[in-house]
Amino acid sequence: MNLIRTIAIAALVFALGSCGGKDTLTGSGGGGGGGGGNTIAGPAANVATIVANAGPSNSDVDTIFTSVTICAPGSTTNCQTIDNIEVDTGSSGLRILASVLTVVLPVTHDVNNNSYGECAQFVDGYSWGPLALADVTISGESAASLPIQVIGDTNFAGVPAPCAATSANSEDTVATFGANGILGVATTATDCGTDCESNIANGFYYACPAAANCGQSSIPLANQVQNPVFLFATDNNGVIVELPAVAAAGAGTVTGALVFGIDTQTNNASGSATVLAISPSTGPDGPGFLPITANGTTYTDGFLDTGSNGYYFDDSALPDCTNSSYSGFYCPSSTQSLTAALAAYSATGSSSTTTNVTISIANAETLLANYPAETAFNNLAGSFASSTASNASVSFDMGLPFFFGRNVYEAFEGKSSSAGAGPYVAF
Amino acid sequence: MPLLRACRPAAVSIASATLAGLLASSAAHAALGAPYQSIAADGAQLHAAIKVEARAAYEVHELTLASGTRVREYATPAGLVFAVTWNGPALPDLQQTLGTHFADYTMAAQTNPNGHRHLHYAGSDVVIESGGRMRAFFGRAYLKALLPAGVSATELR
Repeated sequence: MNLIRTIAIAALVFALGSCGGKDTLTGSGGGGGGGGGNTIAGPAANVATIVANAGPSNSDVDTIFTSVTICAPGSTTNCQTIDNIEVDTGSSGLRILASVLTVVLPVTHDVNNNSYGECAQFVDGYSWGPLALADVTISGESAASLPIQVIGDTNFAGVPAPCAATSANSEDTVATFGANGILGVATTATDCGTDCESNIANGFYYACPAAANCGQSSIPLANQVQNPVFLFATDNNGVIVELPAVAAAGAGTVTGALVFGIDTQTNNASGSATVLAISPSTGPDGPGFLPITANGTTYTDGFLDTGSNGYYFDDSALPDCTNSSYSGFYCPSSTQSLTAALAAYSATGSSSTTTNVTISIANAETLLANYPAETAFNNLAGSFASSTASNASVSFDMGLPFFFGRNVYEAFEGKSSSAGAGPYVAF
Repeated sequence: MPLLRACRPAAVSIASATLAGLLASSAAHAALGAPYQSIAADGAQLHAAIKVEARAAYEVHELTLASGTRVREYATPAGLVFAVTWNGPALPDLQQTLGTHFADYTMAAQTNPNGHRHLHYAGSDVVIESGGRMRAFFGRAYLKALLPAGVSATELR
């Protein structure tokens, strides 16, 4: 759960003279940074509108949402359009809160007729529920009868002990989840991959023989929660996230576009965007990473992620906020500027392509308190105590602030565009 | 005691003989702040490959869980677990890993301003940092009072 907005609204009472105006930004092209420029695609079959706002829990910052339409498989009448679906380039698959579902979807089963359940793990909690089949339509693109996860279905089996042991915080309501659901459009076709095909104790998937006693389970790729975009008939090789630039003081509601396909239509050409390979599923720390160097430190596991509400990286020169309401964010005495070099991922570690970006790190407490009506910021940042066994890998999370003022391409693993083979990011 | 019931037994390898006698009979997993002498009782629950690395001011015990996630436990010369770190595709059993500080983690999660991907809790005695996404989680928790002299949190990975 994200309480920033609650905190900021409380702060409004005291922040006399602050600029709290609710401005609305709609993309109109131009501006921005990065070689690929920043134009927001107009309405088209392969374009879904995205919006950054406080979300249905009225508590989010730097979170983007879209709408999806789901139907019972094969039906054109047993359908429902659901808004406030978070768009996440850091996960794969569609997950919907049971409390907002009105259509009845068939749950899926393994070969022994046990229902599949999943424990979707997030750092701030887990989301438990069954897998179900649905026809999914986003804007004008559709995928038929694919597995999605239904979160918080009170008619389904209870939370298995290993799932609850990852957190005591169940995120199975709109208020705790912060959205009506989440659309994962990461570069992988499924949310787990081959590891979950063979490893029973993968941590995510369960088989439930009855209303209880779900046991950890392996699961074939085809049965795993699927990234819907991979299954579209066309425009299925990647996505582009297009958001306009925002001012240093933030913005209220920001509207942009989620474009399906890369180099498949006139509205999704690679153009002059700089292409950087990212790690595949077989990478040492999993998919989606590329090295980022900043302030003399190389963060081997950098990634671009609309599902993160800030830049997150460890930098001992940046002080943590001491007010626990802003815990996890940085609170420098003045806004800091940082140049980060993003390099193409290479299995051998020798990268040929590098491009620099400059990011801004504001005092999060001051920013959020002074601009309580705003929900989109390009200068929120916090710490990320990442580590790996080798003691040599650390992470740099280029969260949603990175996406403002850029068109960010994410090419899927196993697919390709005119710019090359995925997986890659480009901007 | 939390269960990882379907964990598959894995080979036990001891890279250092220091605690071999204590550890050889069972893969072990002690909670933050707990004495290492208690870990043998937990071994049956978490079948995990383990290796021990001795450093100047502490020992690092690394367990590889069946999920592929690695948990590293830092023990003082006196045998207390003063830090735990983890990375891997799935979150570890944090109820067991964090011990009594699991309650701190839960409380922090419920008021977390950092969304689904990051969490930072700085209490009077413990610091808990957790981040990442499905298939790539990272985390660190340590007890400030138990950090050996000359050891900074940044070397706890």
